[in-house]
Amino acid sequence: MAGKTLYDKLWDDHLVKQRDDGSALIYIDRQLLHEVTSPQAFEGLRLAGRKPWRIDANIATPDHNVPTTDRERGVEGIVDPVSRIQVETLDKNCDEFGILEFKIKDQRQGIVHVIGPEQGATLPGMSIVCGDSHTSTHGAFGCLAHGIGTSEVEHVLATQCLVQQKMKNMLVKVNGKLGPGVTGKDVVLAIIGRIGTAGGTGYAIEFGGEAIHDLSMEARMTICNMSIEAGARVGMVSVDDTTIDYVKGRPFSPKGEQWDRAVDYWRTLHSDDDAVFDKVVELEASEIQPQVSWGTSPEMVTGVDGSVPDPDREDDPIKREGIVRALKYMGLQPNQKITDIKLDRVFIGSCTNSRIEDLREAAKVVKGHKVSPTLKQAMVVPGSGLVKAQAEKEGLDKVFIEAGLEWRDPGCSMCLAMNADKLGQGEHCASTSNRNFEGRQGFGGRTHLVSPAMAAAAAIKGHFVDVREMMN
Amino acid sequence: MRAFKQHQGVVAPMDRSNVDTDMIIPKQFLKSIKRTGFGPNLFDELRYLDEGKPDQDCSNRPLNPAFVLNQDRYRNASVLLARRNFGCGSSREHAPWALDDFGFRVIIAPSFADIFYNNCFKNGLLPIVLDEEVVEKLFQETYENEGYQLSIDLEAKTVTTPSGESFSFDVDDFRRHCLLNGLDDIGVTLEDADLIRDYENKRRETAPWLFNTAN
Repeated sequence: MAGKTLYDKLWDDHLVKQRDDGSALIYIDRQLLHEVTSPQAFEGLRLAGRKPWRIDANIATPDHNVPTTDRERGVEGIVDPVSRIQVETLDKNCDEFGILEFKIKDQRQGIVHVIGPEQGATLPGMSIVCGDSHTSTHGAFGCLAHGIGTSEVEHVLATQCLVQQKMKNMLVKVNGKLGPGVTGKDVVLAIIGRIGTAGGTGYAIEFGGEAIHDLSMEARMTICNMSIEAGARVGMVSVDDTTIDYVKGRPFSPKGEQWDRAVDYWRTLHSDDDAVFDKVVELEASEIQPQVSWGTSPEMVTGVDGSVPDPDREDDPIKREGIVRALKYMGLQPNQKITDIKLDRVFIGSCTNSRIEDLREAAKVVKGHKVSPTLKQAMVVPGSGLVKAQAEKEGLDKVFIEAGLEWRDPGCSMCLAMNADKLGQGEHCASTSNRNFEGRQGFGGRTHLVSPAMAAAAAIKGHFVDVREMMN
Repeated sequence: MRAFKQHQGVVAPMDRSNVDTDMIIPKQFLKSIKRTGFGPNLFDELRYLDEGKPDQDCSNRPLNPAFVLNQDRYRNASVLLARRNFGCGSSREHAPWALDDFGFRVIIAPSFADIFYNNCFKNGLLPIVLDEEVVEKLFQETYENEGYQLSIDLEAKTVTTPSGESFSFDVDDFRRHCLLNGLDDIGVTLEDADLIRDYENKRRETAPWLFNTAN
């Protein structure tokens, strides 16, 4: 019999009941909650007279709606009354049901997918869900983690389980070593460019190979975070020393004898040598360039040395139509060089790229330079209050401020522009976020997805530039 | 949940691939703490010429005449015909809520994004996967025939055209069962409460660190 994949192992470990109709009940170890996708779930519980099954499995924080300035005023500082009600509703629900919440003024507040790992609330081998598609982030720790809808948030609150169908297994293997200046973000954008935005639909992806295991936990999180942009709800990396070192000593992490037992178990969280995947995709790390997206889907991406595609050279009529539409929305010409795209704003942040390593990489690039006067704004939004404090301890805030970037308070911010941070119509933005959909960062806004280092380089030049030219 | 057995309705063609959930319902409308009222903002950025705001009366907003749902022949559509990878992007259940609130009961496409597909079933909305060639044929027939309707039978798992041509589709048994009977799947799961408790107790023994609180 063939061995098991990492996903098979995680599935088997969480299987409560296999039903005859092919569906299964899967136990959920951790649920993360935020203000946007939870209010209707709590209301549903209340209407049905149900109580949460296991209160201590849940951790909440407001992130999507929170302002990134004026935070000492707390909830009162949220100018938009509709946003304020949503944050207040989360506070009320957590207070009523006794759920641990890092509220807006708590230093531990931040983006759900930053604070889980930061607190050790994300541990290898866990099943983790959240009403947010970027929950795949936590798969970087060898977790079974994926986004769910609000009805399922309610289902997990009420039963600690989800009804699931098992997915297929895909291995994305990145062989060899990445070149200097090429980051986790470039790897995942290159993968999405290769397999397409629906390439992973129906699959749980395991990212493997030398280049992946050479990466830090921050970079692995960036890669797993964007699995959903390739259509896969689940993205994972197997456990190694890097994983275990990261987890050690965090507030929720096991201690003492429990730690040793946990590590023994975590060491088993990898695909067996003879495991069989339904699909395998291989990339050569040395061929991956710093990436820039030019269109309105994350698969519309190319190397910084490349050009905007020419729809006339696309054979598939549906794809051709998509390119024509994207170029019109983005205000770009066929064959235009990526480095000729002029920018209006730069955003460094989001659950994809707002961790300490991301900020260090960006700071390294801007240090000693000034933001281009042609830009309207360049902002850095750390992923949590603790990331912000760490960055300030290292003096990164000063580097950013001296270069002319704004240093903000933590939250989702301009990744999806639910708060006051957004693009104006027609503005081009170099963004370290995850989605370049039409209107995502603001009505009529034009998003280009890049790594923190590439965003930082673009901020200095006012247009895209190969960050490797600025490194010495 | 509302049960779904059969449906017959006017078809509207959403002729673009990779329709994402930001497009289906833009983020500013996600600030609502309710499940209802999203219909007027379905496809907001495509449907109106101005930028939509939450809690706004949409009846006086300038409509984009080129957008499919603004055309008289599709205004009462309840079957949405779509292209590849419909519903990609965020997990927001506001997307099916908005489609439902507008009046859609069925969405037909060659493929759907996983989370969106799953969310539809929780809301009495039926997503149907048909082969790309069949979907293409349905697009042509929709364009050529004003008032074009399709009949959908979940019991029989078929989509039938006005000429009587019938296409079968796959749907997994559990989802079909819940939808046919309008079942609350939390109630179904709680029938296995003892099994869940047994699993949990075993986990507390074998992996106690999963139950730690912060220290």
